[in-house]
Amino acid sequence: MSTIDEDGPKHTIKRGVSLYSFQHECFLRTMTLPDCIRVAGEIGARGIEIIPEQSIVGYPRLTDEFVADWFGLMDRYGTTPVATDLFLDTKLHPDRWLTLDEQIASVRTDIDIAVRLGARNIRAIINTPPEVMEGAAPYAQEQGVRLLLEVHAPFHYAHPWIVQHLEVMHRTGSPALGFMPDMGTYVKRFPRVVSERALRDGARPDLVDLIVKTYDDHGDTHGLMDTVHYKGGGPVDFGLARQATHFIWSDPRGMLPHMDLIGHIQAKFYEMTPEGIEYSIPYDEIVPVLIEGGFDGYLSSEYEGNRHIEDAFEVDSVEQVRRQHAMFGRLLGETN
Amino acid sequence: MFDKYIVCDDSLRGRTDGRPGGVVQVRMPYYRGLGLSMVEAVDLTLDGTPIPAERTNFTVHGNTYTFAELPSVFDDRWEMGEPADLTFETDQPVEAGDHQVAIAVRLRISYMPVPSGGRDVKTLSLTTPTDLDGTR
Repeated sequence: MSTIDEDGPKHTIKRGVSLYSFQHECFLRTMTLPDCIRVAGEIGARGIEIIPEQSIVGYPRLTDEFVADWFGLMDRYGTTPVATDLFLDTKLHPDRWLTLDEQIASVRTDIDIAVRLGARNIRAIINTPPEVMEGAAPYAQEQGVRLLLEVHAPFHYAHPWIVQHLEVMHRTGSPALGFMPDMGTYVKRFPRVVSERALRDGARPDLVDLIVKTYDDHGDTHGLMDTVHYKGGGPVDFGLARQATHFIWSDPRGMLPHMDLIGHIQAKFYEMTPEGIEYSIPYDEIVPVLIEGGFDGYLSSEYEGNRHIEDAFEVDSVEQVRRQHAMFGRLLGETN
Repeated sequence: MFDKYIVCDDSLRGRTDGRPGGVVQVRMPYYRGLGLSMVEAVDLTLDGTPIPAERTNFTVHGNTYTFAELPSVFDDRWEMGEPADLTFETDQPVEAGDHQVAIAVRLRISYMPVPSGGRDVKTLSLTTPTDLDGTR
């Protein structure tokens, strides 16, 4: 076990991993669920976040056998269930939206799964409406879990969608509601794995430069799709310009006023370089804010670079997560 | 994501019911499983010729559905990375040898404003039942 260095920052932040990170290997069946948990334990990412719809065949049916195996894996590899990720299929039916009652029932199903898996935090996907959070909160409280709305790019705490959620959280004061910020909301420079993929897909280098430079200068990205169009760009260029409007950057200190609502962090990343830094997301600016704010949950790795490199490179999600945790260990002042 | 893995390598084979056509295995370009009512289309174009959806059917873990049925299937899923069988019928028998198999998957993902999915094209070699068991 690691300890806090005497000279290092004092905190209670723990390290974990979302199995989202290993989606490439799980999709191709080169890693199994036990492999994921073993690797997490080896890396010291001891808090496990699972996406039931990814890892549980037959979801939402959860067999006693799966649950027994799950806790067996936790024991074997020294890991702990920390979070589950729920989805809300409002468009389950082709011809109508799910009713409010149906949406709340869907959330309750996922609460039951989280409870059986021993996870206390549930990622409510960004499209979960405030009234569904409010309607499901009493059941979550009764079951001893927290529904944490994902704050995913391009959303932030002053966005009307998040403000509506804040209103519910503050008005009800429910201990069962909160946020799960995705660090993809702190993309300081344009991920090069994304721009390099666009080039491989045939994007025009001058337009890629314009898009990346506009983003990196924290310029006005809103008009980029139009500008790229005026300059004769094509679909790949438009796609990259759209991505520039979907990444966002703001000072991570913006989390501080909401820290009592933040129960878990999805530590999104696109590329850990061999030098041990995330190319686009400055964790050396983020982690000190979490320490200052007294965050006492898990930094949960969420590797999302695979989709940008799979066309040309071998994906090695395990190595990427390993590098991110080496960085976290350093930023958290751990000594081994 | 996962587009290049939609069409499974070496997965084209003949039908086992004696009708003209074939079976190809496909995976969903998504990082979780999805209820079948949200699988809007798995369109096949064989050697440049689109095969109408009504001449195909879809099998996951042994359960077979027509594409007319899928919108109302609420109790079954296409699991992440699961090779599904897309069975198709053609006018003429598909000859042994190489064929270009193009698949376009369209999914209804609730948090996305427009349909999601992906495309893949691969050249697959048809293995006929004759090749497999030598009895026909």
